[in-house]
Parts: sequence; C-alpha cells; structure tokens
Amino acid sequence: MSEKSILQIKNLSKNFKLRRSKLFEKPQELHALSNISIDIEEGETLGIIGESGCGKSTFGRCIVNLHRASYGEIIYNGTNIVNKKGSKLKELRKDIQMIFQDPYSSLDPRKTAGAAIEEPMKIHNISKGTDSINKVSSLMQEVGLDSQYIYRYPHEFSGGQRQRINIARALALNPKIMVCDEPVSALDVSVQAQVLNLLNELQRKHNLTLIFISHDLSVIKHVSDRIAIMYLGRIVELCRAEEVYNNPMHPYTQALLSAIPPESPFEKHQQIELKGEIPSPIGEQKGCSLSTRCPYVMDKCFAQTPELSEANEGHKVACFLY
Amino acid sequence: MTETLLQVNNLKTYLHLAGGVVKAVDGVSFNIEKGKTMGVVGESGSGKSMTASSIIRLLPPNTGKIESGNIIFDGRDVLSFTKKELLNFRGKDIAVIFQDPMSSLDPVFKVGDQMSEMICAHQNVSAEEARKIAVDSLRKVGIPNPENRMNSYPYELSGGMCQRVIIAMAICKNPKLVIADEPTTALDVTVQSQVLKLLKKMQKDLNTAILLITHNLGVVWEMCDTVMVMYAGKTIEYASAGELYSEPMHPYTWGLLDSMPKLSDYMKTKLTTIPGSPPDLRLTGKCCNFYNRCPYVQLICTKEVPQLMEIQKGHFVACHRQTFAERLERGGSNQ
Repeated sequence: MSEKSILQIKNLSKNFKLRRSKLFEKPQELHALSNISIDIEEGETLGIIGESGCGKSTFGRCIVNLHRASYGEIIYNGTNIVNKKGSKLKELRKDIQMIFQDPYSSLDPRKTAGAAIEEPMKIHNISKGTDSINKVSSLMQEVGLDSQYIYRYPHEFSGGQRQRINIARALALNPKIMVCDEPVSALDVSVQAQVLNLLNELQRKHNLTLIFISHDLSVIKHVSDRIAIMYLGRIVELCRAEEVYNNPMHPYTQALLSAIPPESPFEKHQQIELKGEIPSPIGEQKGCSLSTRCPYVMDKCFAQTPELSEANEGHKVACFLY
Repeated sequence: MTETLLQVNNLKTYLHLAGGVVKAVDGVSFNIEKGKTMGVVGESGSGKSMTASSIIRLLPPNTGKIESGNIIFDGRDVLSFTKKELLNFRGKDIAVIFQDPMSSLDPVFKVGDQMSEMICAHQNVSAEEARKIAVDSLRKVGIPNPENRMNSYPYELSGGMCQRVIIAMAICKNPKLVIADEPTTALDVTVQSQVLKLLKKMQKDLNTAILLITHNLGVVWEMCDTVMVMYAGKTIEYASAGELYSEPMHPYTWGLLDSMPKLSDYMKTKLTTIPGSPPDLRLTGKCCNFYNRCPYVQLICTKEVPQLMEIQKGHFVACHRQTFAERLERGGSNQ
C-alpha cells in the first residue's frame, strides 16, 4: 500500500438548521459532524463505525458532495472540493462514487439492469452504442452477474444481486474512491459474505480507495485497513484495524466491542455497559460527547472537548485518559 | 424433567397466491420447554416468520392456510381454538415482539394509552388501574421516568426505547411464551445487548419461554438453549445450541456458520459462501431443497425428500447423507 494520501479532510463540520418552532426564534442547529480531520491513503479501506445517528452516513455523503459541508475542507488532487459546482462537480463525481445501503430503493424500478449500469456512462459521455453495451456486460461479469440479465428489471433480482448492480454502476466510471454506505446491512449472512468478498476483490484489481461505513464490527474487520470509530459527530478513535480489536483505547470503543454477541455458545464475555442514551446533537455541544455515559469520567471531560491525538504510533484517540 | 410448553408437529402452512401455492412452511416440528429459549435461524424467505405467525394464527387472510400438522400449547390444541379463545390466547398466553419497533406502535396514540388499552382488553380492570400496571411494567424494562414517558408519542422515543415499550407490553400479562421475531435487527449493537439482557432478565423472573427468530448467530449463541435451522420452509436441523455449534451436521448449517464474519478471523480474509440462491417455494417438495447448492449432493438428493431424523439424542437432521449408516465430514469431499 502506498503512503500517498488521496483525500485530505480538514476540520470538516456539518450542521443542519432545524425548523423554527416559533416565528422569530433563532433556528437551532443539529451538529451532525464536528471537526473531523483525517487523511485517507490511496488504495486503503477506511472503515467507519458507530451507532445510528453518529454522523457516519453524513460523513460519507459530504465526501461525495451530496451534502455540502458547513465548515472545513476536503482536499482531493490538490483542490478543495467542498464548494465545487456544476461541471466541476460533475467531473469530480467520476472519481468519487457511492454505493447506498438499501439495494431495493436505490435502483429505478422502471430501468433495466443494463440501463442502470449504462446511465453514468451516458451522463459522462464515456461510451456510446455497442461499445457501451459491451462495457455493461463486462462490468456485469466482473461483479458476478450473468450478462444475459442485462434486460431484466430490478424486481426480478434478489437483494444481493441488486447490490451487485449498484456496485457495477459505481464501477462504470472507473472511480478512484468508492464510498460504501452500509452496503451489506440489508442482506442475509450468506449473501453478505459474497458481497464482501466481491468488494475486497474489486479493490485489489482496480486499486480502489474504499470508505466503508457500517455498524457491524465483525463485517468491518473483514474489509478495513484502518478503522475510525465515530460517536456523536466526532471521530473518537482512529487506528489500524487489528489495533481496534486488540487494544481498544477509547471507553466508547471498549463498550462497543463488549456489546458484540459471542462467537460461540461457550464463550462468556464481560460486558461494559454504557448508561443512558446518546445525548442530543441539537444545540451547543460542550465537553466530551461521552461525558454523560463514560465510566471513567473526570471533571475535565465536562468542560473541554478532547482532540484526536496520537496515543501510540498510528493510533489516535480523543480522550483525556491518554 | 422439564415440561413441554409448545409442541409443533409437522406443521405445513401454504400461501395460496395467484402465481401458485407457496409452501412457506413445509414440515416444521419442534418443542419448547417451559422457561427455555429456542432460536430459529435461516435466510430470509425460509419460513421463520411464517412459523411464528402460524403459532399465533395470524396468517394473511384469504391466502394463508394451515394445511396440516398440529400445534399443542400447554395441552390445548391451538388449531381448534374459537375466535374468542384465540383472543384470549394471544396476548395472555403468548406475546409477540416484532422486528421493527417503530412501526409496531401506533404513531397517533400516546404510548401509555396504547398500553392501557391492551391491558383493559385482557383484564377486567379500570382505566386507572391499567395505567398503574403499565407504569409498573415500563419501570421493569428500565425506562427512566415511566410516568412522563406514558404521555410520549412513539416518534419521541428512540428505537431502543420503543422496543422496550413493546417488551413492557409483552410482559405485563405474564405470558407463558414470548415470540420475538427479530427483536434486535433494527437496533445498534449496544442497544441490542441491552434488549437481550432485558429479555433474559424477564425470562428469569417470569419463567417465560422464548421463541427467538433471528438471522444473527451471535444472538443465538448468547440467548438460546436449543436452535432450529430452517431452509426453504423445512426444519433441516434441530439441536441444543452447544451441540449445533460444536457438531453441526447439515451441510447448509456448515455453510451458514462459515459465512458469518468473525472477529477472531484475520483481517481481509476471504469469507466462505454458499453458492447459488434459495429455491422457489412454489416448486419445492419433491427433493431435498438444498441439493442444487450442496457440495455433497448425490442422486438420491434429487429424488427424495429427506426426513428429519434423531441421529443423536436431541439432535435432529434432515439430510440423506447424514444417517446412522453414513456420516459426512465437514469440509470433506463428495464421495
């Protein structure tokens, strides 16, 4: 793996303005992402994990520019892509593609599989006529679909096959970066394994950089080189994948790991329970976001927000304990 | 000797649709003992949820029909219940927890009203007493400020909280059996472990039996005493959890166990998969349903339906290649 970073994210924040409940009230803000800084290396898989509502999907969407970041920069190829518009944004979309969670709703029910895969190539004027049909069938074969299915409609496919169509569609433009937003969470275990194997294989073949968003720790271990753990809009821990499992440092990561169901009926595990619910991301955020639930909480945690800093080599943690 | 609470024998539930008869449940047999947990695992479309619906007789009207078999609950035949008996049976004897906590509560009524309505329906109590019972059971499931929460609408609660409310509704009648149909699939791991803990505690306090339907094997290992593996509407393996883990016998169970991503695996290893896809449930019933995906297929598999046999004590398997005379070896070659 090369050490060259392909995407640099600096202090990325995303706030959503909420609807006012009273006429002249100042609108409240929901802090979906706060101050995220991360370098993504070329050819790596960055796993992003967290509970629902922690901002992992927003993060993915910000990278693809489906959400415009409120503050901060995303630097790709030496330019900041946050404020790109029109034709420049279209150019960018060629390089950064996305696979969505729900294979059922992310395909147009009135387009055949072939048409869905061909569409991005048409939009970007890459190929036409028979050339594009050839390309579509080779893409379908690449993702493990029989090319005779080219004229079938989405409802004729199973969930796993639809996700393969989505992957083929994302691959059609030869992207450099692919953002996968929970691509397997709607699939059965046996199908999930097939799709994960496919993604790993495609990455090796095309030297893709994958940003893999999931809430399943055992799934993410199978695909990631590095893992970022998010909690309430912040990255709380970032390190190599095996480090997360061997040496989790942040109290939240430890609790998350201990919540995974056991691998065998004979295994008894000690569980660290976090009390209470995730605090609301609405309004001003003060102190460490875990301070209300953390078993090791200190006075400092309520007043200051810990920064993501290096605790061990290549192991970053946002916690005052380290 | 433990007592058998629910006994299901060779249950067959078919759906009569325009496109043909779908054999959603096609020969399922199992027993649940009092105070024990049985897990049902299988791919989607394998008939797990239809089995549960058949037990409480909540099948889709007009299309769904129980063709044969019998369901004995606590010595009574469920299939012969009248409408009135059924109403008493559901809710009082059996409670159901469905998969999606957000959609199993009515969005336009307050949580408390929904709960007390249910309690009034089953018990001869005043509305005020019913509210008291509701507050009590909300407290039992660990909801802070139950009095205030009674006045919340479902949208004001998180997914985990909604699931707690449903569990509270399920347990306030002290049911003998709780059917939990994928109770944690829509929840995060941390919330999932809280909900599972709650179910376990409830089971211990009330000596309830649980029928847990899930596709997450980890949840099965944590919760269940016995496990039934379903494939294409049939029971293909039925054993205690420990035995199923250490000595699975059906080739499909092997595939299922192997395709689970495990934390102990090395990073970026290739996962084993089961090739192919499940059969069309309209066409099953003439051969082993798994033959087209099975690495150990032989001629007999394409001709005869394998019967569920007790190969070891308490370990049932339906496979032509796993009999008293012949044993397959996991990962062995097809000979």
